[in-house]
Amino acid sequence: MFCQGIILPCPFTINSSAGSSIFMKQDNNVFPKTSTGIAGLDEITGGGIPKGRPTLICGSAGSGKTILAIQFLIKGITEYDEPGVFMSFEESVKDLTQNVKSLGFDLEKLTAQKKLKIDHVRVERSEIQETGEYDLEGLFIRLNHAIDSIGAKRVVLDTIESLFSGLNNTGILRSEIRRLFQWLREKGVTTIITGERGDKTLTRQGLEEYVSDCVILLDFRVIEQIATRRLRIVKYRGSTHGTNEYPFLIDEDGVSVLPITSLKLEHKISTEIISTGVPGLDKLFNGGGYYRGNSTLVTGCAGTAKTILAAYFALNSCKRNERVLYFSFEESPDQLVRNVSSVGIHLRPYIKSKLLLIHASRPSLHGLEMHLLSLHKHIREFKPHTIIIDPISSLITIGSKGEVRAMLARLMDMLKMHHITSLFTSLNDEESLNYSGISEEAISSLVDTWIKMRNEETGGDRIRSLYIVKSRGMGHSSEIRDFGITDRGIKIMDADPSKKQGQRTPEKAETFSGNGVKHKP
Amino acid sequence: MTKDESWEFWLYIAGQTPKSILALENITKYSKAHLKVKYIIEVIDLLKTPQLAEDDQIFAIPTLVRKAPKPLKKIIGDLSNKEKVLLGLNIHSITAADEK
Repeated sequence: MFCQGIILPCPFTINSSAGSSIFMKQDNNVFPKTSTGIAGLDEITGGGIPKGRPTLICGSAGSGKTILAIQFLIKGITEYDEPGVFMSFEESVKDLTQNVKSLGFDLEKLTAQKKLKIDHVRVERSEIQETGEYDLEGLFIRLNHAIDSIGAKRVVLDTIESLFSGLNNTGILRSEIRRLFQWLREKGVTTIITGERGDKTLTRQGLEEYVSDCVILLDFRVIEQIATRRLRIVKYRGSTHGTNEYPFLIDEDGVSVLPITSLKLEHKISTEIISTGVPGLDKLFNGGGYYRGNSTLVTGCAGTAKTILAAYFALNSCKRNERVLYFSFEESPDQLVRNVSSVGIHLRPYIKSKLLLIHASRPSLHGLEMHLLSLHKHIREFKPHTIIIDPISSLITIGSKGEVRAMLARLMDMLKMHHITSLFTSLNDEESLNYSGISEEAISSLVDTWIKMRNEETGGDRIRSLYIVKSRGMGHSSEIRDFGITDRGIKIMDADPSKKQGQRTPEKAETFSGNGVKHKP
Repeated sequence: MTKDESWEFWLYIAGQTPKSILALENITKYSKAHLKVKYIIEVIDLLKTPQLAEDDQIFAIPTLVRKAPKPLKKIIGDLSNKEKVLLGLNIHSITAADEK
């Protein structure tokens, strides 16, 4: 089975007989942990949640507690062969089954296979009278019966605090819940207990006092109309853990968490050179192109043919029979293909042959981390050799400078780790040629190669030119080269001696540009 | 509600705990004193039949369930508060109606 995720550079292959505590085998000093099966979460926790102990997951309504918990159970069954019990205090079995169907979890099937047992504990205040002393032994018996009937190793209690809204005697409830957690420990099942976020406490009834092993807090907030989910390990007794707030995503595949801490500069590099796709541009690099696994930034104002340069690179990669993942934040796939075909770049055959995948989305669709997570996911699934982000400046508008830089660093790191060659375009401010936008500032020191593209107005015309600002580990031409765009593509002019004297002739080749901006020859 | 319809109580317990014994004593006492119809009290020990807990949504012990007449009524605890039990099981109204 292929290991879930490149977010998580897991050093093992999962096989169902291996059991849960893979990490214990690696390091006997760390107490046993149970893998959650949630991409990224195991990495932050150093292998999962405490094996055979309760873990509290708290968060406000809609923060993803139930989904995270159910994924823990399902992955336990499907990947580690550990049956699980889901005790629901809120949703009915039917509702729950339906709600998680969209994530591809088939609860009915697993129940039929006796791998999963769902028990809905309905606490209706209107149906129940209380008089005198009682305990929750009935709940214990139910849970015990459910666990024993399928040999469960994992248990979820979602949300046990509902008992407090159904029953009046909080004194009894508190002591019984404390006893329940103790009982679960003795039973040796790995348990997730969910709890609703309280005003001043992590959970309304202060469950965090009883669950002292591991507490995970989920948060759902909206900043500038963009919703972001975050996760934080509040406490993990006896284990080191990531302390940051980690963004996480819930999509059709369930929950995935993005660990930020895995920033290391340890990637292996390649000396192989690959073409930029533009013959004239290759010549400007002493090596004749980019290094494989390099990152390249192409900056310029609107209409300076950044996308065309990116499309060339994509085309060339496809021609080498290498997969390309093209993230388009401004044009739809169809529009992109049509526009670049007008300058002789025909991408459609490669889309058909599945070498090229264009993924288009609006930058404002998600927060910054969500974009990064979705990039990660797509990269993980498609396993491209080359990725193109066009333009990366779109992402930058949705976050603060610090955030953007951190995100880009993480992205670069991930790409380098997987030897993925990347090209980013970035849109600069139209008016000021020397102005370096936030994107340049944030990104230019991170990338290996930087190409600037310009449009200059001279004598009633616009002249296209480009030059290489930097190229790590490779000599490059320092000339500013004019270029033209014809219906057969980019043509880089030979170095023009007259240019050095400040006289430039508008190049005749240019009849129109691929960006739809018409120029008169 | 017809007079001859018998009442049916299920008392859920988990072993012979003082609370459970007290609950059984109480419901027997109240029924004898106030219930003028036929009644059955069935004791269900969940330690022996844990699978029954789910059907009647039992989580607290002891729990008294009035299975008949409908609607189903549930009282949890040792049933020490007589007024509350009679009210909860609607025994007062039956008795009052009978007296009329």
